[in-house]
Amino acid sequence: MDIARVTSKKSFLLGLLGLILVLLATLPLYAAGYTPILMTSIFVYIILSVSWTLFSGPTGYMSLATAAFFGIGIYTAAILGKSVPLPIFIVAGGLASFIIALLVGALTLRLRGIYFAIFTFGLVMLIPQLLVFWELHIAGIRGRFVTVIHYNTIYYAMLGIFVVLMLAAYFIKRSKFGLALQSIGENEEAAAHTGINVTMVKVITFAVSAFFIVAAGATIATRWTYIDPYIAFNPLFSFMPVLMAIFGGMGQLYGPVIGAVIFAYLQEKLITQFPELYMLIFGVVLVAAILYMPNGLVGLVQKLWKRSSGGQHANTSR
Amino acid sequence: MPILQGEGVTKYFGGLAAVSHVDFHVDQGEIAGMIGPNGAGKTTLFNLISGALVLKSGVIRFKGEKITGLKPHQICRMGVARTFQSIKVFANMPVLENVLLGSLFGTPTGMSSADAAREATGLLEFLGLSAVRATPAKDLTLANQKRLEVARALATKPELLLLDELMAGLNPTETAQAMELVTRIRDKGITIFMIEHVMKAIMGVCDRIVVLHHGEKIAEGTPQEIATSKTVIEVYLGE
Amino acid sequence: MMVTILDIVIGGLLMGGIYALIAMGLSLQYGVARVLNIAHGEFIMLGAFATWALYTAFGINPLISLVIVGPLIFIIGFLLHRTLFRSLLKSSPSLPAFEGSSLLATFGLLYIIQNIAIIIWSSASRGYTYLASPVNLWGAVFAANRLVTLGFAVGIGLAFYIFLARTRLGKAIRAAAQDPATAGLMGVNINQVLALCFGLGAVMAGFAGVLLSMCFPIQATMGLGYTIIAIIVVVLGGLGSIPGSFIGGFMLGIIGSVVTYIEPSLTVAAFYFIFILLLLVRPKGIMGK
Repeated sequence: MDIARVTSKKSFLLGLLGLILVLLATLPLYAAGYTPILMTSIFVYIILSVSWTLFSGPTGYMSLATAAFFGIGIYTAAILGKSVPLPIFIVAGGLASFIIALLVGALTLRLRGIYFAIFTFGLVMLIPQLLVFWELHIAGIRGRFVTVIHYNTIYYAMLGIFVVLMLAAYFIKRSKFGLALQSIGENEEAAAHTGINVTMVKVITFAVSAFFIVAAGATIATRWTYIDPYIAFNPLFSFMPVLMAIFGGMGQLYGPVIGAVIFAYLQEKLITQFPELYMLIFGVVLVAAILYMPNGLVGLVQKLWKRSSGGQHANTSR
Repeated sequence: MPILQGEGVTKYFGGLAAVSHVDFHVDQGEIAGMIGPNGAGKTTLFNLISGALVLKSGVIRFKGEKITGLKPHQICRMGVARTFQSIKVFANMPVLENVLLGSLFGTPTGMSSADAAREATGLLEFLGLSAVRATPAKDLTLANQKRLEVARALATKPELLLLDELMAGLNPTETAQAMELVTRIRDKGITIFMIEHVMKAIMGVCDRIVVLHHGEKIAEGTPQEIATSKTVIEVYLGE
Repeated sequence: MMVTILDIVIGGLLMGGIYALIAMGLSLQYGVARVLNIAHGEFIMLGAFATWALYTAFGINPLISLVIVGPLIFIIGFLLHRTLFRSLLKSSPSLPAFEGSSLLATFGLLYIIQNIAIIIWSSASRGYTYLASPVNLWGAVFAANRLVTLGFAVGIGLAFYIFLARTRLGKAIRAAAQDPATAGLMGVNINQVLALCFGLGAVMAGFAGVLLSMCFPIQATMGLGYTIIAIIVVVLGGLGSIPGSFIGGFMLGIIGSVVTYIEPSLTVAAFYFIFILLLLVRPKGIMGK
């Protein structure tokens, strides 16, 4: 492979990414009003799908706890938002869930895959029940109000979380840790016998993914103004990232991004007028994706690309 | 002192005793073999040694230290490596990375990435896999996949190597190469404990053989002793 | 005091009957066909709405609806398996992979079925009265329809148990649940049996829906809550054990009844708590293999 071609391809990609970043960073300056709000929603879904893929992709353990951590983030914002500025309660919520995720992970990641999925989903259903009880009988309130923050601030916060997440995901993938993670997904037993502490790797990855999910929840909460346990802990936020990741393709980092952008955009367009139609489409696409596109959009495009360019490529190592 | 020792090792699956009060030992520097009809409990015993399964009763010691109850990754780092009867390579990862994982994570003391890469490359050469270093493991031939498992195991710098049916599915040429490989590994100072069905290989290469049947040890001795043992012949002919 | 205890116990048995039915259905689908059907509750909902529609439009007796709705739901379930899940089975490289992808597929089904229902019937509560007259059992008072429900739930459960234990088809199903490969070798048409079990599992849900509609108001969104309870009962009774699901259903019903008596808003939380505890301490459940 031509060294010059490789390096120029890399610099082209980097340049492109840099340009996109600059465009995104200056967005509120040239596209006021609705666009930052739309972009913020899209970022939320990107963060959720990529975080989910970060853990569930390599390990093969399907986590349905996304909505639980998202809800925790929302509640952290509601509880701390009055007294503490945005960056602090994001980090506070993030750290708290990191610890919770470590605990949950340590307890449950030794279970079989399907039990883990059910367990994490159980959390999504259990936590709001406990919160309702708490709010009704102990705190004596019904729902909470969240301190409002300007939508541009929310946009920048979400952009920041997105960038940090993508950087983290990229560096993890290229690190020793990422290699170990990948091997666990390939064959967990062999990985353990090769000296990898699989439980620790799984738990840490789970906790890292939880951190970003909580951060996103804490940030977006400030846009909802009023929340109660059932609003905050919505199973939809567990299922949607999964669909987006599968649809986009879990092999590469940008697969979930693509899936999230498409579905978040679709949601914004349909959710107010045709919510049932939107969720119906969601269901149909999910089933179709599982049946016909197991490697997602990215996988499909890769397959088509290989076929159209004659099939034979020089064997380029990573 | 034997490098590996087991006393009263027992494991039940449901009501069935897969391994029943087995005493065994492997001396440092020897090539020990384990044979027995299918279902005799051989792979289960390996699983108990490597920590993949928890035993019901008994104790297993490596270099005098108790290893029962430890996790596989801990036992691996102590110096016990193994290959698997049903091949467990990291299918979608290139050959080099498969071995690299062993160098990075399985050795008793840590290693820098650069050293690990060097070690891994050296091992690929030792096993004749240099040509396919970038090929995804799933695209290898069976013989090469077995070599890859051995390379990965050796990357963890073991003192004891457990080989589970290395020769299964190999043609006569490949079997001869495998036998030679086993001897070369022993010459590097690594003790070997191997499960085999291919009699020629076991008899030709092992110093001592243990025979299991229905989870119990029924015989133990040199290849000649085993070949002429009435108990063993009955078990194999009577099946 | 006695009346209160009776109230709690019989009340628990009444809900327990429903739980036992839906759990047995899910156990069939997961234990044999290896599909953890998150859309299980939607079949309950369909059964309930079909009954309501037949009753309010044509005055058809809900108990007769059992016979109408049952076969219909069976066909839907059977066809679903033969098309969707059979295809997934073929394309899945391993059993855990199939379990994962079929789980996700049932999420998709959940959203499809539920939202079609909302589009047709809206998310408002519906209901009708049938056999609502009170019956007095040693001082504790219950509506007749709930007792009828219990009777049918137990009856269906027992009939099903006998079917599994005594008939040739039932034995084929049990063989397939134990060891699909060997069962296939012994002449059992595995694909038929899998689809059959999935269909039967759906029917159990449908029956539960019919019976539920007699006693409670129904909504298009009612499904997921019951699915969760079914999962909890299946884990409680032991994954793969049909008798376990039957017993587990009644156990959970009584536990629920007790908790509701003490603190109603904690009932569902108590279920989840038991569930989480089970998964951590004894995932095999009471009668699991």
